[in-house]
Amino acid sequence: MNKPLRRIAIFCGILVLALLIRDNWLQYVRADELSSHKYNRRVQIERYAHERGDIIVDGKAVTGSVETKDSDFKFKRVWKDGPLWAPVTGYSSQAFDSSQLENLEDGILTGNDDQLFFDRTLSMFTGDKKTGGNIVTTLNGAAQKAAFKGLGGKKGAVVALDPQTGAILALASTPSYDPSVFAGNSLKDSDARQKLLKDEDKPMLNRALRETYPPGSTFKVVTAAAALENGLYDDIDEKTNSPLPWTLPQSTMPLKNEGNIPCENASLREALRWSCNTVFGKMSDDLGNEKMIEQTDKFGFNKEVFMPVRADASIYPKDNRPQNAMAGIGQASNRTTPLQMAMVASAIANDGKLMQPYMVAERQAPNLDVIYTHKKEQLSQPLSGENAQKVQQMMETVVKNGTGTNARISGVTVGGKTGTAQHGLNNSEKPYAWFISYAKTGNGSPVAVAVVVEDGQANRDDISGGGLAAPIARDVMKAVIDSK
Amino acid sequence: MSVVTNTTTIGAIDAPSRRNTELALVVFAVFISVFAYANVGLALNGELPSGMLGYGAGLALLGGVAHLAVRRFAKYADPLLLPLATLLNGLGLALIWRLDQSERLLRLPSFAPAASKQLIFSAMGVALFIGVLILLKDHRILQRYTYISMVLALILLILPMFFPAQFGAKIWITIPGLGSIQPGEFAKIVIAVFFSGYLMVKRDALALASRRFMGMYLPRGRDLGPILMVWAMSILILVFETDLGTSLLFFGMFIVMLYVATERTSWIVFGLAMSAAGAVGVASFEPHVQDRVTAWLDPFGGWGTHAASEQMAQVLMSFGSGGTLGTGLGQGNSDLILFAANTDFILATVGEELGLAGMMAFLLLYGLIVERGVRTALAARDPFGKLLAIGLSGAFAIQVFVVAGGVMGLIPLTGMTMPFLAAGGSSVIANWALIGILLRISDTARRPAPAPAPSSDAEMTQVVRP
Repeated sequence: MNKPLRRIAIFCGILVLALLIRDNWLQYVRADELSSHKYNRRVQIERYAHERGDIIVDGKAVTGSVETKDSDFKFKRVWKDGPLWAPVTGYSSQAFDSSQLENLEDGILTGNDDQLFFDRTLSMFTGDKKTGGNIVTTLNGAAQKAAFKGLGGKKGAVVALDPQTGAILALASTPSYDPSVFAGNSLKDSDARQKLLKDEDKPMLNRALRETYPPGSTFKVVTAAAALENGLYDDIDEKTNSPLPWTLPQSTMPLKNEGNIPCENASLREALRWSCNTVFGKMSDDLGNEKMIEQTDKFGFNKEVFMPVRADASIYPKDNRPQNAMAGIGQASNRTTPLQMAMVASAIANDGKLMQPYMVAERQAPNLDVIYTHKKEQLSQPLSGENAQKVQQMMETVVKNGTGTNARISGVTVGGKTGTAQHGLNNSEKPYAWFISYAKTGNGSPVAVAVVVEDGQANRDDISGGGLAAPIARDVMKAVIDSK
Repeated sequence: MSVVTNTTTIGAIDAPSRRNTELALVVFAVFISVFAYANVGLALNGELPSGMLGYGAGLALLGGVAHLAVRRFAKYADPLLLPLATLLNGLGLALIWRLDQSERLLRLPSFAPAASKQLIFSAMGVALFIGVLILLKDHRILQRYTYISMVLALILLILPMFFPAQFGAKIWITIPGLGSIQPGEFAKIVIAVFFSGYLMVKRDALALASRRFMGMYLPRGRDLGPILMVWAMSILILVFETDLGTSLLFFGMFIVMLYVATERTSWIVFGLAMSAAGAVGVASFEPHVQDRVTAWLDPFGGWGTHAASEQMAQVLMSFGSGGTLGTGLGQGNSDLILFAANTDFILATVGEELGLAGMMAFLLLYGLIVERGVRTALAARDPFGKLLAIGLSGAFAIQVFVVAGGVMGLIPLTGMTMPFLAAGGSSVIANWALIGILLRISDTARRPAPAPAPSSDAEMTQVVRP
């Protein structure tokens, strides 16, 4: 009986061997796949087991972490003044994932990023409690507050940039929301989120980055830049070839101006001062669709912008002649984000150099060592320094004695452009009020701003870039200059 | 001359009993278990658990008393089996105690802390182990009870049918005040006794008086009939009780013992063919089985819709999250498995918290028990002892394979407990008894033959005078 016994011994050995092999397959070969599987709750548990790093503005954290008791997620994200900072930080919820900086910088904020490897290893030996690193933003608290205060109860967005570096100084979108209300994973959080999602005013939409509007007359600045760059006109005070009335090409429809303004053969400076549709419409037509697209591309149109949060692409499309003429005055199929118009203003203010916009100045390890510092980077040169200064002069005239007088700041040179974009079929809905501007001090321009107010409540006749949007831009610029 | 001289080949010097080796190993096993217990306490509460002394003393007492019993009643028994059982039982207690602290499990209405109960059951198991050593002077006595064992096994198997099903299987009998017993665990031992007794008598008839059929030797019906009937009945009962693991176990044990008894390879072929037919048959009409097979084939596919798949997926993620070295005792989240985390799925906790290294150690411990059992069978001098030892250790091996393989997704999950490790009274008690019987057989096998009486003849012929 011993021979079969020996075989049974081998058989039992094979059974154990099979288990050992299977175990190696499971715990060695497939370990990574299983441990990071989307259904594996441990990933989430680990994620919230430590205090999340903070997002910092002006040296102070605008976020925080609180300990929770009601679930296996130990720490919950909280925001100080959530609605004010939500357009910058995004949200980070135990149940509903995260967005914007909270999402993109998650590795640093949770402390799991590979860049923190040595830090983590070190704290493993020293026994320090694991925490996340910090993200230092470029934002200016005073400017952000001024933007929100200016927008108040109205729907709209403000973007302020530092033209010389591309740093985002203010990023406001109203109505806003408090990400703290759904940061946990209870039923209450879910209800709060549902309420936000169902809100008709779309408080979770980041209007500064993810909504495209017709830019209206503010776009005339781009058309003017294209005219100068392509040599259509050289002197901003020479008379242009602009008949009045002017009929749209391939059409019998005359392009109208707002009111009875001196636009016939007006110089560039005067045309911008009065915001002549006929002058810029014809200019766009004279340049042609291709050259206009070329110019807008240089300003950053037609592709998404990452700073590092993604902003939708602003569109200046291929189009037929009448549409191209209309796009030249910021109507028709021309659509931009507020960020894009701020980039236009900043490129002009920075003597033609467009800097890559960014909002993360530094990344810090949990021990506050700086592991990344942003280096400023030029994105493109949409226009020559000389031409940029010409457009500056035109924009400064607008603020000095044109449609943008509401943006004046005493003792500071301000250039700007108003816009009132028609909206809806046959201009049936209330128009958007736009204002783009920059301020200039002794050494270059510290701030460029774009403001859009999509106000559904104001009296139609009151809606104008100069009336509604310019004061907001002024307050934001003033806040930046005062904080220097 | 007072010195006894001897010329026979069997020495009069005592064969080494290895009892001291066993004692050292038991001490080691207790030490490791107490260390694990302390580890859990430190990880979960940051301090040495208050019950550590009591737990350590309890386990040391169990191991010590068992060792003394072996020393006294089975002097030549295998020295490894008792320490292995003590170690597994002790680590099992630490693991169960660790899961007792899980807040997630405590929120479950069906969950109750099980460590203290398990300690009591372990004590009962060791008591039964000692009982076996004392009462069973010679394992061959069991031969007398061949047919009684058959009846007893059938009774044990039929009993749960009269009790309500728990968790989809009718494998428990509930005794008011005492709790539930899983008679299948005991039936495993009893049926091994029956098989050994019957096969020992009939092995020649089965092996030799057979007809050739398609190149295989098939025995006569009157030889195979009774055993086939008992086996078929137990399988049928288990299928009706939906206790798949145990039916697989019985079937495997039957094939192994039949093969060893008859030494005919055709039995393996025959057995595998039957089991394949049986498996397909059962799977085609049993929804319970179909669920398990679906969960096995695609554990992540049924997420959110299919409880069995979801649990299987949780187990796999538990193993994966443990990785090579594990999270450390008390620091994993194997309690996410929720239902049956401390019974059928206790290996997932081992996998997650002790990692691949710990799992391999555990599998090798089980492998060692099995191979010591097979060695006992090899050493046994009587066919009954051989059959009983191989039956018990084969059953043990199959049980380990079915449970661990099921939990690790190697084969469909069938729902049995890991011997000694999982929470559950019947299992611990029955497996201690199993170890007791194996020790008894090995004691008989390794006991040196009694020194022959001094032969005056030998004395005389040795004297050579010049």
